Amino acid sequence: MALQHPKSGYVTSVGGVDRRGFLQAAALIGGVAGAAGGLTLAGCSVPDDTPASPGGALRLGMVGGSTSDVLDPRTFIDWVPINIGYQLMNGLVEIDAAGDARPELLEEWESHTVTEWVFKVRRDVVFHNGKTLDADDVIYSINLHRGDTRSPAKVVLENVLDIRKLDANRIKITLAAGDADLPATLSDFRLLVVPDGFTDWANPIGTGGYRLESFEPGVRCITRKTGQYWKPDAAHVEAIEIIVINDPVARVNALISGQVDVINRIDGRTANLMKRNARFQVLRSQTGQYAVLAMNCESDPYRNNDIRLALKYAIDRASIVKTVLNGYGTVGNDQPIPPGNRYYDTGLGQHIYDPDRAKFYLKRAGVNRLSVTLQASEAAFSGALDVGVLFQAAAARAGIELQVKREPVDGYWTNVYMKAPFCASYSDGRTTVDGALSKAYRTTSSTNDTNWRRPAFDELANQARAETDPAKRRTLYGACQRMIAEEGGALIPMFMDHIEAGSQRVQGWRPSAIFDLMGQRIGEKVWLKS
Amino acid sequence: MTRLLAERAGLGLLTLLAVSALLFFGTNLLPGDVAAALLGQDATPEALHNIRAALGLEQPAWLRYLHWLGGALHGDFGTSLTSARPVGAQVLPRLGNTLLLASLAALVSVPVAVGLGLLSAMREGGLIDRLVSLLSLVTISVPEFFVGYVLTLVFAVQLGWLPSLAVMHGGMSLAERLAAIALPVATLVIVVLAHMLRMTRSALLAVMSAPYIEMAFLKGLPRGTVVLRHALPNAAAPIIAVVALNLGYLVVGVVVVEAVFVYPGAGQLMVDAVSKRDLPVVQACGLVFAATYVGLNTIADMLAIIVNPRLRRPR
Repeated sequence: MALQHPKSGYVTSVGGVDRRGFLQAAALIGGVAGAAGGLTLAGCSVPDDTPASPGGALRLGMVGGSTSDVLDPRTFIDWVPINIGYQLMNGLVEIDAAGDARPELLEEWESHTVTEWVFKVRRDVVFHNGKTLDADDVIYSINLHRGDTRSPAKVVLENVLDIRKLDANRIKITLAAGDADLPATLSDFRLLVVPDGFTDWANPIGTGGYRLESFEPGVRCITRKTGQYWKPDAAHVEAIEIIVINDPVARVNALISGQVDVINRIDGRTANLMKRNARFQVLRSQTGQYAVLAMNCESDPYRNNDIRLALKYAIDRASIVKTVLNGYGTVGNDQPIPPGNRYYDTGLGQHIYDPDRAKFYLKRAGVNRLSVTLQASEAAFSGALDVGVLFQAAAARAGIELQVKREPVDGYWTNVYMKAPFCASYSDGRTTVDGALSKAYRTTSSTNDTNWRRPAFDELANQARAETDPAKRRTLYGACQRMIAEEGGALIPMFMDHIEAGSQRVQGWRPSAIFDLMGQRIGEKVWLKS
Repeated sequence: MTRLLAERAGLGLLTLLAVSALLFFGTNLLPGDVAAALLGQDATPEALHNIRAALGLEQPAWLRYLHWLGGALHGDFGTSLTSARPVGAQVLPRLGNTLLLASLAALVSVPVAVGLGLLSAMREGGLIDRLVSLLSLVTISVPEFFVGYVLTLVFAVQLGWLPSLAVMHGGMSLAERLAAIALPVATLVIVVLAHMLRMTRSALLAVMSAPYIEMAFLKGLPRGTVVLRHALPNAAAPIIAVVALNLGYLVVGVVVVEAVFVYPGAGQLMVDAVSKRDLPVVQACGLVFAATYVGLNTIADMLAIIVNPRLRRPR
């Protein structure tokens, strides 16, 4: 995510109960299979790791930091502070490589109804300042994002009515509407745990495996191992250094010249070049991140669903994935659930490039020649303007005159997004289907960027969220996907993979189901070949 | 002459004052006020009022300007809106880095540029002159980021002699700093060298066609003496002006080079602040840059007066 992101977007909600966590946690609600699991992991390198060994310094060269960064989780919006946050602090729930919820500081959970949940706080976990973790710390940390707060995680917790302490190690969360995936919802990267009453964000105290040594916002951050981490088989390297490198070429150069061990966010062409060099490994994560061309369903001519369908059939998705993404992505089908997700509706027909069909819908809308303007910028997603140009050429054959208006990167999210009737945007992957649906398709969502409002859809999504029977849930979610694809205002041309690269020294490094760099937790997970 | 110099200094200060007013009121004209920019989508009237009161935004603009200017004179630039850290503490280390980079680049480029310019003026039309002309044309025609990438490719990626990142931090020794900064300095030297060199050469040659130079030659003086003693002092004004312009550029215009080498300079700080609408930081950076530019140009003006024999002894 280059530059800033005032899109109050990416609600990292939800995931599901993972299989191991399921056993450990003895979760009582049977059958709530994790929602997002099954996000396939298309790792490029076959893991052939040396045994885990401690020591060494891991150096990450990352895009996503700026001089205004602060280590207060309520301000987290970009990758560098998020990564540092996970070095110093722990979350409530972790999402594993398969996309399932696993216990972190909340070690067990149970729910008899899907509106009332009891969570057990992990015992014998000690903060850097010597305090032992208890329920008060967890409640304080969650409440930082509730009520009168500027935290973008507020929307994730909007469904939470009440959080109550049962005893020193148990809390009870009451929801307004049932959510069978609450544990995965609590995996949001902003829900990091600090001691009760903590406010000194210049030097965060957490339960993480590393302690802050120096932090120069937008330049560099160094953390050092505490030596007494509660997680087994984690925090191997002695120190972690993040160097902020926002320029993509400089990032690759830094890796090649050996100044960093791992870099994030490389493009498909660079990935193909790096793969040819045996000194480097290239990792590809399919996280459900997608590009979207958002049509405002309340403005003309997009008010008419036939116009929307005409545009959906006038774009050549396969060639866009091939040329813009160099193949590092999947064709989209105008709904936010990626293929490979366990609730992906395979019965839904793929929207293909079909100029005749597009013309048919234009005719049905009573339009002979359609002329529309797509507002796009590289800020929306990398390659957005290329997508616009390819769309323009393809649409011309369907009798649609598409203008691509290039918008400046600076101010794109405030001046164009949610204001232009047809503009480019993107969405990060979610750990649950409900997270993906809630973000932009519910009537009440503040980031409903297509102004598509269907009470019937909201009702369906609510039913699905509270449904614990997987088969019934699949049917409900299938109907949701069909509604968005056939009636929605989102033209989703492609799902975009995350690609990261690093030296062969880095071991234990895997693709992730959520974001890149192992869900930004790479620091405590990898080790270095000596 | 003293009066002339004092006039120049006074003019410089006036310019700076005008720029400061422009900066302050200009940034205040940006659409949406600071409070709204801070709150974004959560801007309720009550929250807006609270933030405006806390930032003193309810006072009239001219009063805020005077407060700001008074603070700036004491080195107090206020508090950053996004990170709540004092602006001065953010800008100063960055400015130090920028000045280190700029002064090293100037230390190398100015003598080399003026020297080579002199040399090619003395040997006008010779092999050296043509070679220098060709090379300077090439370097003046390629953008700075390209020079940076080529140098990185050769010296960091292929040869592995120098680091590709110029990250600076507290715990580095001088030798480490110099190694880290070598490539960005080389890039800047290449970028500014040609401009100064060509100006030196053409200013000298313009003077060389004057009758009094012909007279000097007819007296039998060697070419070197004519150039250095008779032509150079009279050609100094344009040379000093172009050197000052390039020094100014080295301080305020190197954002691209900072980005390519990930150098934590003041330019990057300002770009970050603009994208986050962090106005106090933008204003502080703007003021510091303006002071550098105005200061350098004023000094250049004064130097030109001092070295020019005709201005030095006005009739």
